[in-house]
Amino acid sequence: MDLTLSDEQRLLRESADRFVAETFTSEHRKKAANDPLGYSPAIWKQFAELGWLALPISEAHGGLGGGAIEIGLLMEAFGRGLVSEPFLSTVVIGAALVAECGTEAQQQVILPKVAEGALTLAFAHSERAARFDLGHVDTTATKTVDGWLLSGSKIAVLDGASANQIIVSARVANANGASGKLCLFLVPAGAPGLTLRDYARLGGGRGCNLDLRDLQLPADALLGDGQDVLPAIETVVDRAMAALGAEAVGIMQTLLDTTLEYTKIRKQFGRPLSANQVIRHRLADVAMQVDEARSMALRAALMANAEPVARSRAASGAKAKIGKCARFVAEQAVQLHGAMGVTEELDIGAYFKRLLAFDTLFGGSAHHYRRHAALSGRAHA
Amino acid sequence: MNLTFSAEERAFEKEVRDYIAESLTPEMKRATALTPSVFSDPDIGMAWQRALHKKGWGAPGWPVDHGGPDWTPAQRWIFEAECARAGVPNVNVMGVKMVGPVIIGFGSPEQKNFYLPRILSGEDYWCQGYSEPGSGSDLSSLKTRAVRDGDDYIINGTKIWTTHAHHANRMFALVRTNEGERQQDGISFILIDMKTPGITTRPILTIGGDHEVNQVFFDDVRVPVANRVGEEGKGWTYGKYLLEFERGSGIASAKLREALKTISDLAGSEVTGRAIEDPDIAIRMSEVEVDIDALEMTELRVLSALQTGQNPGAVSSLIKLRVSEIRQAVTRLGVDVIGQDGLAVEPARPFYRLNHEPAIPEELLPVVPEYLNGRAYTIFGGSSEIQRDIIAKMVLGL
Repeated sequence: MDLTLSDEQRLLRESADRFVAETFTSEHRKKAANDPLGYSPAIWKQFAELGWLALPISEAHGGLGGGAIEIGLLMEAFGRGLVSEPFLSTVVIGAALVAECGTEAQQQVILPKVAEGALTLAFAHSERAARFDLGHVDTTATKTVDGWLLSGSKIAVLDGASANQIIVSARVANANGASGKLCLFLVPAGAPGLTLRDYARLGGGRGCNLDLRDLQLPADALLGDGQDVLPAIETVVDRAMAALGAEAVGIMQTLLDTTLEYTKIRKQFGRPLSANQVIRHRLADVAMQVDEARSMALRAALMANAEPVARSRAASGAKAKIGKCARFVAEQAVQLHGAMGVTEELDIGAYFKRLLAFDTLFGGSAHHYRRHAALSGRAHA
Repeated sequence: MNLTFSAEERAFEKEVRDYIAESLTPEMKRATALTPSVFSDPDIGMAWQRALHKKGWGAPGWPVDHGGPDWTPAQRWIFEAECARAGVPNVNVMGVKMVGPVIIGFGSPEQKNFYLPRILSGEDYWCQGYSEPGSGSDLSSLKTRAVRDGDDYIINGTKIWTTHAHHANRMFALVRTNEGERQQDGISFILIDMKTPGITTRPILTIGGDHEVNQVFFDDVRVPVANRVGEEGKGWTYGKYLLEFERGSGIASAKLREALKTISDLAGSEVTGRAIEDPDIAIRMSEVEVDIDALEMTELRVLSALQTGQNPGAVSSLIKLRVSEIRQAVTRLGVDVIGQDGLAVEPARPFYRLNHEPAIPEELLPVVPEYLNGRAYTIFGGSSEIQRDIIAKMVLGL
């Protein structure tokens, strides 16, 4: 039992904190908010040079073989700076799906490019009718003479418009038409039959909805060998939720620090806000929830390689708890900043919105408490 | 980073598990499960203390030269977790965890030689004389006076919320020996023999129907000056040291997990009409379990810091606050799980020695009293409001 950081991990955290503090300033964020790409390719190149894009990729595929703890350290730093580079989409989710499902040949082609910063990925999985059910996919893939034909619609595709390749999930139609195995397909950007409605994402970055109309793909667009990929998607999404939890902790810590400073400086009725017990107790609650969120994010990371039920319970528990803490911390940060907290003149609102986005991504608190209860064998949950 | 214990630690875990299995009697286990107050009565609690002492495990936190087992923080964690899992009696902490560390830290050699072995063996049973009717969370406003008369102090005043004063043969108390500039000055830490003439004890029943706390009156009680621990007027410092023990001493998550498991088992059984099938109950069960997961991780973070010789920081207030709230959440869930059987009040005590058939299944008896008595968790040892004051000041620097 050891929860202390190794020297390498400490160095990683220090360099990430320093880079984020220097690069992701308030001014940078305001510029990025109007950028149609949603992130800076120059900064992405620096991420690659720092080795961050290679971090979780196996050494055999040009990576550093890091794990969920290292990802968490980076993500927490990214949260502090509201980083909008497509790290989650490309590295945490995209590369992990390729590593979990792809053939050796596909891994050899894709993973080193991700590690070098030469390839960005997105994951198109969620559908409107599915809510947060990872197994509910209505998009279909039909086998043709020389490949595949995909049809369906996807929502909440993070960084979809800027991605070089989109990993799309679809059910392979059986001979009798019934829905069959869930599979993943590599769709290149700009493929004919792909309609993309790009939007500025709540809290920074870009997202999009996709329509696939008889999208033709070659045979080798299928990721892997045609096995059902739901278990792999669950693995990758559980780990992504742990990473997002760490990012949320960084965001919450920044909100706490900023709000603490503000309540010390802001004077009303001749004394600082922080002299009032009601404010002090509220901040104590905020601090406590930030700390609980920190514990849960760490726990989910430490359980990222556990057997599936334990891993999913830890991931859903973390997502549910951190989501609940995040909403409280965000709302209190705005409340304690008074009317200024409701304006775009302060950064508070941007952090607030990123936490709101965090809570809804892959399902909110209520969904994950239900999933946790179901995984725990609590009937009818 | 990892959550796994080493091979030595696993072996130790087995040793603890085996020893508990051979020493914990079914009577002790049943009595503990059917006790709705914080601590087991002394017949049960001290029987367990003697079993631990026999093995050399009577005082896990003490230094080895006073009879402690010299465990690492990880071993203490494992020990507490195994004890919780097995459902061992809740030994009154006033001796081993409260007055013991103060005597070790500040007592004279004579005091150490006399008192410490008697705490370990269970020969002495201690109670704590801190709160007074006018001094609850504002403890240092206490008014019980000790006036010097030759080699004695003469004590007059009253203490309240005194856990197990009706069982104890000794009390450690904070008394006022001088009027200082600040109300924290002039307080001394005194050890009192409960059989001294002039001491009377009045029982106070808590809303769950249990007699655990008392009010104690001092009427010209003569106590030797030699019974003072440390310097005169420095009692507040010693008392605060002890309160830190009270707040941070615990590894609480394992016990909370067991308490939740008890409620969860009831919810899954016919005895509650399978309450777990109510989706609201099922989800609240998960919410509490996740809160315990977070607490456990925080405790492990503290443990890991202690293991590597780092200061865990001012987290004890954070932990005390969460532990008390989660305990209450578990007991609240319990009440909702048993439903209308909670209407049946059983006034007789103890539940494990009733001489009549109770109106409801035995295992349901402690559920409502635990909830009712448990309202005290956010009040004693510094109320939640005081803990938030401390967090604002010590953790947030406000």
